[in-house]
Amino acid sequence: MGEFRMPSLGADMAAGTLTRWDVKPGDHVNSGDTIGVVETDKANVEIEVFESGIVDRLIVQPGAKVPVGTPLALIRGEAEAPAKAPALVRASPMARRLAREYRLDLATIAGSGPHGVVERADVERVAKQAEVRPGPAAPVPPAAPAPQPPAPQPSEGAGMRRAIAAAMTRSNREIPHYYLETHIDFSNAQRALETINLRRSVKERLLPAALLFKAVATALAEVPELNGYWIDDEPHQSERINVGMAIALRQGGLVIPAIHDADAKSLDEIMEAMRDLITRARSGSMRSSDLVDSTITVTNLGDLGVESVYGIIYPPQLALVGFGKIVERPWAENGMIGIRPILSATLAADHRATDGHRGARFLSALERYILQVQPG
Amino acid sequence: MQSDERVFLMGEDVGRYGGYFAVSKGFIDEFGPERIRDTPLSESAYVGAGIGAALAGMRPIVEITTANFSLLALDQIVDNAASYLYMSGGQFNVPLVIRMGTGGARQMGAQHSHSLEGWYAHIPGLKILTPATLADARGMLATALADPDPVLIFEHGTLYNMEGELAPDAGAVDISSASIRRAGRDVSIITYGATLWKALAAAETLAQDGIEAEVIDLRSLRPLDERTIVESVKRTHRAAIVDEGWKSGSISAEICARIVEAAFYDLDAPIARVCSAEVPMPYAKQLEDAALPQAETIVATVRSLVSHAGG
Repeated sequence: MGEFRMPSLGADMAAGTLTRWDVKPGDHVNSGDTIGVVETDKANVEIEVFESGIVDRLIVQPGAKVPVGTPLALIRGEAEAPAKAPALVRASPMARRLAREYRLDLATIAGSGPHGVVERADVERVAKQAEVRPGPAAPVPPAAPAPQPPAPQPSEGAGMRRAIAAAMTRSNREIPHYYLETHIDFSNAQRALETINLRRSVKERLLPAALLFKAVATALAEVPELNGYWIDDEPHQSERINVGMAIALRQGGLVIPAIHDADAKSLDEIMEAMRDLITRARSGSMRSSDLVDSTITVTNLGDLGVESVYGIIYPPQLALVGFGKIVERPWAENGMIGIRPILSATLAADHRATDGHRGARFLSALERYILQVQPG
Repeated sequence: MQSDERVFLMGEDVGRYGGYFAVSKGFIDEFGPERIRDTPLSESAYVGAGIGAALAGMRPIVEITTANFSLLALDQIVDNAASYLYMSGGQFNVPLVIRMGTGGARQMGAQHSHSLEGWYAHIPGLKILTPATLADARGMLATALADPDPVLIFEHGTLYNMEGELAPDAGAVDISSASIRRAGRDVSIITYGATLWKALAAAETLAQDGIEAEVIDLRSLRPLDERTIVESVKRTHRAAIVDEGWKSGSISAEICARIVEAAFYDLDAPIARVCSAEVPMPYAKQLEDAALPQAETIVATVRSLVSHAGG
C-alpha cells in the first residue's frame, strides 16, 4: 500500500491546498497520471502519482491546506486486498525525528531494535544508502495539521510575491554570489537556425532560446560543479541536468519549470518541451514534476530588449545563467572589424561551491557550443 | 571546626562513643563536650535544637544515624528548617547541616537501610547532597557549612569502608553541578552515591562489548543539574538511571520526566531504571543483594537498550 503525500513543489513550500481530486476510490491509476490539483503560493499544480495501482482511500478532502509530506491518499497495488488501517510503525522518537529530516518513510525502513522497533541507526543506514540528506528548509509537519485560522483574503498574486520574496531574500542573505559576463558572436548560430527554419513551417521553427538551453546543458556536462544544490554546508552535484526556465506570468510573478535531462535532448525536443511548459505555465496547469527538480536556472530577458541580466540564484541551486538581447555590434576579429549579432551571457554562481575559474570555463564551453553549432 | 568557632556537632553517640560509623572518633578529646554533644534518643528534639542554634547564629552539624530515623524529625526538617526563610519573608536563614547515613548492603535490616534522599529532594528550601567520592565527602561538608540555608548530606553506609588518598589541598567543592565520571557515546548511566561505583564497574564490563557508557554522578539531588543530564542524553540518545530508592515516586522518576520533557526527540530507546525491589530492605544477605541494584543488573539493563553495540 503506497501513501501518496503532499509533494514539495519548491524549496520554500511548506504547505499546499488540495483544490480538486480527479480520481475516486476504486479508480485505476498509472504512474505519471495526474490525480488532482494542489494550489501553492505560486500556482495551481496538477499532481502526479508515481506508482500504478488502485486508489484505496482519499485521506484529505478538497479545500484542506496541509503541510508537505501529509498523506493525501492511499494507493494499493493490483494484487493487494483493500486496506484496513495503515499499520502502526514502531520507531523511537529519535528515529522519527531523523526520518522526518531525511524525508524518509518510516514504514519502508526495517527496524533492528527490540520487536522490530526502528532506531536511529536504521534510519541512518537507509539514509546513507539512499544518499539523502536533511532537506534544505525541511518543513516539519506538525503531528496533526493545525486548523488554519481564517486569514484575510490576500490579493491575487500576493502569495506568489511572498514566496518569491522569501526565496530571493534567502538567496541574497545566504549565497555569496560572483558574477561573470561574456559576449558571444551569435552569427554562426543565427545562420544555423535560419538554415534549419527555412525548411520548416512557422509552428515548427526553432527559437534561439532552444539553442541557448541546449548550450547551457552541454556546457554543464563539461563543468558539472555548477549543476546541483548547496545543502548542509556542502555542494551536491546533480547527475541529471534539468535546466529550469524562468517564465514570467502575465499576471506577474514567475515560475521555474524544468526541461529535464536537457543535455540528452535534441534541439527539437528542447523546443517542444519549452512550448509545452510555456503554454502550461501561462494557463496555470503546471504539474508537480515540472517544478520540483531543476538543477540550474536560466533567465532569458532578451525579448524585452535588456542587454545583460545579473540574476539572483534560486536557492539551493548553485548557479543561474542570464541571457540578454542579441544586438548588432561592431566586432573586431583577426584585425578586422565587422558588424555581428552579439549575445550577452552572464553567470551568477555560488562562491561557496565554485570559484571564478570554474565559472569562466563554463562560459567558455557555452561560447564554444554557440560558435560551433551545426545547421542540422 | 578548627577554623570556625560557631561550628558544633550533635547527635546520638557522636561524643564518647565516637559515632556509630566512627565518623567523629576522637573529636570529643580535641573539641570537648561543648562542641561534640551527645544527645538523647529524640530526633525531633535535637534537630529542633539545631534549627534554634542555627537561627541564633551558630553553625550546627546535626547527625542522624540513618535516614530512617530522620522520619522522627520530619516535621522539624520540612516544616521548620526548610520553611523559615520563605515564611519569614527572607529574614531568617537556617544555616543547618544535617548528616545521615543512607542505603542498604550492610545487613542492617529494613529499619536502618532505606534510601529516603529522593523524598527530601521533593522539598523546596532544602539542598540534598549525596557524596560518592572521598573528595566530595570531605568537600561537601565544607560547602554545606558555608551555605546560609539547610543542607542535608546523605552518606551511603558502604562508602564509609572505602579507602583512598585525599589531595592535600582538598577543600570545599562545587555542589551545584553533576559530574561526568566516565565519558561515553552509547548510553548515559545516571546515578549518585554508592551505586556510582557499581555503575562504573558496569561501564567497564560494557566497554568490553564495545558499548561505551557515559556515567554521570549527580552529586546533588536538589538542585538537580538537569543541564548535564540532558546534554549527555542528547549525545548518547539513551538513558539508564540507577537509584537505590524504590521506583515509585522516586528521584529516578523525576529524572525520567525531565529527560522526556527536554530531550524526547533525542531518545532512541525507552528510558530504563535500575532501582531497589519495592519491598522493605531484607536482612538476609542473598535477599538484600537481590533487592539492590547490582553491576550485573545495570549491565543487563543497558544491553537491552543498546541493540547496536558500538553504533
